[in-house]
This record gives sequence, structure tokens and C-alpha cells, in this order.
Amino acid sequence: MSRSSDRLKRLAARSAVALACLVGLPLADGMAQSTPPKPAATSVHDGVGRPATPAEIKGWDIDVRGDDGLGLPPGKGTAKQGEEIYLAQCASCHGEFGEGNGRWPELMGGKGSLTSDDPRKTVGSYWPYAPTLFDYIRRAMPFTAPQSLSDDEVYAVTAFILNLNDLWPMDAELDAAKLRSIKLPNRDGFIGEDPRPDTPVGSEPCMRNCRASPPKVTSDLAQRLGVTPDRKPKD
Amino acid sequence: MAIDDRNEVARHIVAMRPAASSLQAGRRGFLAGGLAGAAAGALLHPKLALAKGGENLPPNVPEWTKTLGSGVTEKQYGSPSAFEKHVVRRNVEWLTATEQSSINFTPLPDLDGIITPSGVCFERHHAGVPEIDPAQHRLVVHGMVDRPLIFTMDDLVRFPSVSRILFLECPANGGMEWKGAQMDGCQFTHGMVHCCEWTGVKLSTLLQEAGVKAEAKWLLAEGADGAAMTRSIPLQKALDDCIVCYSQNGERIRPEQGYPVRLMVPGWEGNVNVKWLRRLKLGDRPWQHREETSKYTDLMPDGKARQFTFVMEANSVITAPCPEKPLKFGKGFYEIRGLAWSGRGRIKRVDVSMDGGNNWHVAQLQEPVLSKALARFRLPWTWDGAPTLLQSRAIDESGYVQPTIEQLRKARGVNSIYHKNAVQTWRINANGTVNNVQIL
Ligand code: HEC
Repeated sequence: MSRSSDRLKRLAARSAVALACLVGLPLADGMAQSTPPKPAATSVHDGVGRPATPAEIKGWDIDVRGDDGLGLPPGKGTAKQGEEIYLAQCASCHGEFGEGNGRWPELMGGKGSLTSDDPRKTVGSYWPYAPTLFDYIRRAMPFTAPQSLSDDEVYAVTAFILNLNDLWPMDAELDAAKLRSIKLPNRDGFIGEDPRPDTPVGSEPCMRNCRASPPKVTSDLAQRLGVTPDRKPKD
Repeated sequence: MAIDDRNEVARHIVAMRPAASSLQAGRRGFLAGGLAGAAAGALLHPKLALAKGGENLPPNVPEWTKTLGSGVTEKQYGSPSAFEKHVVRRNVEWLTATEQSSINFTPLPDLDGIITPSGVCFERHHAGVPEIDPAQHRLVVHGMVDRPLIFTMDDLVRFPSVSRILFLECPANGGMEWKGAQMDGCQFTHGMVHCCEWTGVKLSTLLQEAGVKAEAKWLLAEGADGAAMTRSIPLQKALDDCIVCYSQNGERIRPEQGYPVRLMVPGWEGNVNVKWLRRLKLGDRPWQHREETSKYTDLMPDGKARQFTFVMEANSVITAPCPEKPLKFGKGFYEIRGLAWSGRGRIKRVDVSMDGGNNWHVAQLQEPVLSKALARFRLPWTWDGAPTLLQSRAIDESGYVQPTIEQLRKARGVNSIYHKNAVQTWRINANGTVNNVQIL
């Protein structure tokens, strides 16, 4: 990092930091709306850490932003190519058609289920942004060998999962620009602002004779379900 | 997380499995022991008849008083007494397809005070626990900064340090209870929370060092595990009170809690407290990654989902009595004990009701009551032997009152999975056993 030998300069920077800390501390946990404090002009703690080289950053800088695909690498692949990879490396858990084997996650279906008693959240029914799929597969899948697929392979398998959800044709090549342009069905399904507290707050809660009628047990299945694990320790 | 798998939860909530619950097994053991004892010593006081291994009881001098114990070289790193083997994390096998992307639960009913011993802090991983060599671990800070930086563990430890006692709660804590009472144990209804002393360097210190550009509004935190877990965090929070931590309860962080370095985001949902932290990237808006879209979003009855619901709202639970801690001595004196916490700050008060919320009694709070940490509450109580509906209700310094399950359902329906912080009801039965129920 750039080090100033000028002690005065350093002191000035330090007080700038102190000031920044003072103005940047809201009491409530809110979202980042206000202007962040001004960055220090120079390093404050001399000799701690060093500049990260572009090569070092490049190796780890794998994130792709969901809403605009920022960070998508060059490369391409078809769903047809992706199907082969999928059947070999993904289907054992996620099912041949993305239906999910047993309790492994399903990757398709669920459209129209979000307001039902049994909502099924999948890429097709719930995910808002297509580039997120590329990002997630590249960083985390296949589950037992993460970050083992090439970018072309990730494009191909992304295309195949989109195809399973009727969102991409089998033979068309998917690349960064096309992935950006795909609008997933649940794109507008999210509320980005936290509306909580959304239950009664602020009033002094009742302490005496609070109930209009005696309490009625509405759910007491727990002790009969038998789904609670044993207390015995594993040896 | 497969806790999110509503099919599964729904399937299990209707499945009436005959398997004996732990409590039933425990009760049978307890009663059998009691009967045998009573038969053997018909003239003894029933309480004395229960005691086994009387050879170590007064007036006899116990074995351990008459022999030499083990020396100082026996255990270079100590562990709990052999009699405490039941105090362990437990998982719910049917919740997840794999143990590597799964969760286990803190044994809250077996713990006292507010500090969770490191070895029993609940775990949630998305790709198992990595074994990271600290000498080969690096933290990179880049993106919208003046100076992209890379830090070794030695660097991070060299910075000015801070320590803070903080709770950390998975937002899926209690998530199995939205539709009804399902888990008959406090460990499983509330055990996705722990509270430790965390030491590290303030995130703001690292960000000042790198120089945050004016356009930056959000930060992406990424783990070095096989999931390379990512979450977007508003810069305002990052500069407020986040800590890049290398120590937990006075020693280096346990592998399952993020060794060698993790992010602590006080009061916010567990998932954003990224473990095995390797990268912090500054940007101008959230990344909309899988863990903040597909997961950790709260589905409302109208089919829309809330995103970035970070704060853990006030919650509380009575840890004794509870299903694991029945009133096994019959009527008489018991101390009601429990925990309360709030992501918005300090717990101001905890009320306890023994009649399903008709009348409430103010519990004692153990000092110190810390902001965004567990608070211990207590209330002396004499049980008259009658069936009882026991509840606790937390109020935090923001004035927020912990809601009932009905209030929560009215606001959010039953499909949100996350952020279920409703008042818990334990039903104490006439025989002293305790069950998880919901009441209206
Ligand atoms: C050994 C089993 C296994 C294999 C093989 C596997 N996955 Fe997965 N997959 C998982 C698990 C487990 C999760 C959930 C992980 C979590 O939430 O922590 C998951 C999650 C996903 C998700 C996110 C689902 C959602 O809706 O949030 C996608 C997409 C995915 N996998 C794609 C793939 C692809 C593509 C492959 C092959 C290249 C693959 N997976 C191979 C087990 C597997």
C-alpha cells in the first residue's frame, strides 16, 4: 500500500478517519442509503497488509451480479451440450429432469405454486435473475467438486437448466449477452425493502387479564409426531 | 437449506411416526427407576429411594475423596466431564439430504448463563467444514476501493482489535413451527442460536485502509469453503459495527465457526456472518446472489417475497422447564429460566406467563444485559401440580414486543420459513412432562 513518510500527512489522514467514523454511525440497522464516510487519503496502519495484485484478484474475483450480469466471463454453450454435463455430473442429485432425487433440491417446476400451501421455489418459479444461476453453479456446483467446470461448461449447463424450465431452446448458444437478456418469470416477485416491524410495536403490552377467552390449544401434534431426535448422545 | 423444503416439512408434519420421542424414553426410564427403587427400599423416603450408587453418599466417604486424581499432563486441552455427554449438538436427520449442507442445534436447555461454549455452538454449512491452513489463507479487499489490499492472518491480528459478546441466530430458527408445533424440544425449536465473545478487527478499519470510493454502497462477503458462500451487506452496516473475527470465546475460532477468520454482523441473520472469509468486494448495489434470492427471502401469502430482511427481531424462550427439562420433582419450587435476545439492541424486559398469556410477570434479568447478545432471565415459581401453559415475551430497547404466533401469521402467513420469532408456549402436563404446543 502507498506509504507516506510524512508524519504530518499521516496524522491528518488519521483524524479524517476518526471524523468519518463519527458521522457514519447510525443507531438503527438500516439499509445503505446515506453517503458513506470519506475514505482515508492514505493507509493508516503502516506495514499491515499489502496491495493485492491484479493477478491475485483475478483468480478469486468470480462473482457475477444477478440483475445485470456484471462479471460474466467470455464463453458459450448450448443446452444440448449442457445436457451431457448435467446427466454426468448433476442428475444423480437433482434428477434427470431437474425434479430432484429424494430430498436433493429440485431445479425446475413449481410455477404458480408460490401462493399455494406447498410453494415450490425453483429457478423457473422463484429465482429473479438468470445470471445468478451462472454465478451459483460456477462457485458451488457440482456439490462434491465445486469450481471444477470451465466457463463454457457453466454456460452450457446453465442453458440446460433454463431449458428444463422452458426458458431457453435446446440448440441455441447461450453467452453473456444472451444470459443478461433472459427475464425470469419471477423477476418482479421480490420486495427489496424490509417492512418490519410488521407486528404491533411500541405500545406497553398488557400485563393483567389480557385474554378475552381462555387459551385454546390449536396445535399439539409435536409430542405425537415422533420427528424430534433422541436425546441420547452419539458415541 | 432443505429446511426450506416445504414438501419435507409438510410431509413430516402429517406423518405420524410411531418412534418413541426422547422424552417418552426418558420418562419411562425415570419411572422405572423410581418404581424399582421404591420396591427395594420400601421404608425409605421416596427421594432417597431414587438415589443409586449410595456408597458415595454421606455418611460414606466417596471414592474420589479417598484416591488420587489425574495429573496436569493428562489433558492438555480440557473437555467436559464424562457425566455431561448428553450436552451435545444434535441434528434433525430428515431435514436435509446431506450432512455437508445441513444444520445442527445448540443444546440450549443444558446451558446456563449467556455464553455458549464453542464446542456446542450450532453449525450451518453449505459445503461442509473446510480445513484451512491459516498460513495459506488470505483476505482480499477490492472492488470500489482506492487501494485493493490483501491480508495475511498475521496482518489481521496486527490491526487494532475489539472484542464483543454477540448472539448469532440462523433466520430459519423456529422455521419448522410456522404451520404448527412440530419439534418437541427446545433444542430444536430454538437451538439455531449461540452467543460468544468475538475478537477481531473492525471491518471499518479494513475498509478505511483500502479507501472506500464514494459510489460504493454495498459490500459482498465471500467464504473460502466449497460453497464460496456470498452475501451482499449494505455499506452502512459494514461501517457501523461489523467485525472481521479470528477469535471466539478467547481462542481462535473453531473450524465449524469459520476458522481462521469470519465476519460478524451484529444482530443480523446468521447467513450474512460469512465464515472462512476470503474476499470483500465493494460495489454500488447488491449482487442478487443465490443466498439472497432463492434462499433467505421470506415468501408472503400473496406470492411476493421479502428480500434483505437482515435484522433478527426480538425473541425469547424458556429453557427450563421445557420438553427436555420436565418438572421431575412434582409440585414445589422451580426457577423458570430462559434466554431473550434482539438484533435491534438490548433486551429491556422479559415477561413470563403461566396461564397462556392472561397474566404476565416481569422476570429478573441477569446483568450485564448487552446489546445484540443473549440475555438470561429468571423467575422463581412454585408449581401447584396443575397443567400450565408457560410463555415468555421479550421487549427490546426499541420498544418492539415479541409477537404471538397468531400476530406473526396474520402479518406473514405460514410460508415465510425465516424469521419466526413468536412467543413459545410450553404445556406443562399434570405429570410434569412438557410439550411444545401452539395456542390461540
Ligand atoms: C452430490 C449432490 C449434488 C450434485 C452432484 C449436484 N448438486 Fe446442485 N445442489 C446440491 C445441494 C445439496 C444443493 C443445495 C446446497 C445448499 O443450499 O447449501 C444444490 C443446489 C443447486 C442449485 C440451487 C438450487 C436452488 O434453487 O437454490 C443449483 C442451480 C444446482 N445445485 C445446480 C447443479 C448443477 C448444475 C450440478 C452439476 C454441474 C449440480 N448442481 C450437481 C447437490 C448436488
